[in-house]
Amino acid sequence: MSTHSNSKIEWPLWEIFVRSKQGLDHKHVGSLHAADAAMAIENARDVYTRRMEGISIWAVESKNIHASNPDEAGSLYDPANDKAYRHPTFYDLPDEVKYM
Amino acid sequence: MQNQQDVFFQDKVDKEIRIEPKDWMPEKYRQTLIRQISQHAHSEIIGMLPEGNWITRAPSLRRKAILLAKVQDEAGHGLYLYSAAETLGISRDEMYHQLHTGKAKYSSIFNYPTLSWADMGVIGWLVDGAAIMNQVPLCRSSYGPYARAMVRVCKEESFHQRQGFDILYTLGKGSEAQRKMAQDAINRWWWPSIMMFGPKDDESPNSIQSMKWKIKRFSNDELRQKFIDVCAEQVKVLGFTLPDKDLKWNEARKHYDFGTINWDEFWQVIQGNGPCNKERLDARKKAWADGEWVRDAATAYATKKTAKNKAA
Repeated sequence: MSTHSNSKIEWPLWEIFVRSKQGLDHKHVGSLHAADAAMAIENARDVYTRRMEGISIWAVESKNIHASNPDEAGSLYDPANDKAYRHPTFYDLPDEVKYM
Repeated sequence: MQNQQDVFFQDKVDKEIRIEPKDWMPEKYRQTLIRQISQHAHSEIIGMLPEGNWITRAPSLRRKAILLAKVQDEAGHGLYLYSAAETLGISRDEMYHQLHTGKAKYSSIFNYPTLSWADMGVIGWLVDGAAIMNQVPLCRSSYGPYARAMVRVCKEESFHQRQGFDILYTLGKGSEAQRKMAQDAINRWWWPSIMMFGPKDDESPNSIQSMKWKIKRFSNDELRQKFIDVCAEQVKVLGFTLPDKDLKWNEARKHYDFGTINWDEFWQVIQGNGPCNKERLDARKKAWADGEWVRDAATAYATKKTAKNKAA
């Protein structure tokens, strides 16, 4: 991307995770810029929970997130492909059997 | 000749598999999205200005609280969209720079002035209504982060449209002066609103490729027609009229026919010659310049605190 004369250091990018209610996981909702973690959480409250969408926020600086590479998706996930026996529906049970 | 990656990419799009940030994508797809998403974000941010004009003059505390919440939503929508654009490799500051220097555009509708309180009603009903018509199909856009941002935007946008309709409905039941004010606002905003769908299909050069890539799902003219059909009915409920003498139900087409759009005006406003282009951009640039010391101070504070924590 092109640069310009008045360019300065941007506030770092943070990934925001919100727990919508007690008992559920935190879920990724988006990202935002903030100077530090406290500001990231405050901004996340304003940007991502204006309608009671959450009761708990995690903020993780984006540079600390490590992701799997989509180009390696094949070799990474294919081994699970032919192991249908890991699912309960793989097994035929006699009709007499209840509650299993 | 298309290369193999292009074919593979198009196949994914055709199968409705969403494209995610780290996936391979054609450079033109990336650039088209950056342009579209950043323009969309800029529109949300500039879009706060015409309404901000009336926050301090809202007729009641209730209306004021509602308008304030709506404008805050628009700031939020801008932020969701800027984040989505950043996943494509452009920085936030670069996008601001493009907006402030006029390289990037925003929706031309925001270059019209808000002259009366009734304009707040019309902006909600027509401008946000047109935006929703455009945006709902974008929730299924082929680019994942854009589609996800649009889901959030659309959920929130429907309150915007209803509060606008509510303002007009109330004015419609009001005094003669209030009714006149509302009709005048509808008259001024109607044509710019239907221009929001963009140029006619045969004059919209980027549309075909965007539809092939499923960034867009419906053409400009299709969406415009749908919007006109809806508004032509809703205006009756409000007890007002739309300023188009050619607006008439066409039984054969099952659509409303409508008059000729003044495209010259559309292009003039896009090129910077609308009534408020300069004012809007100046306000935005001033806000950015005035906020500089705050951004610098926060950065300095965070740097100092990090250094202190390391030392301790």
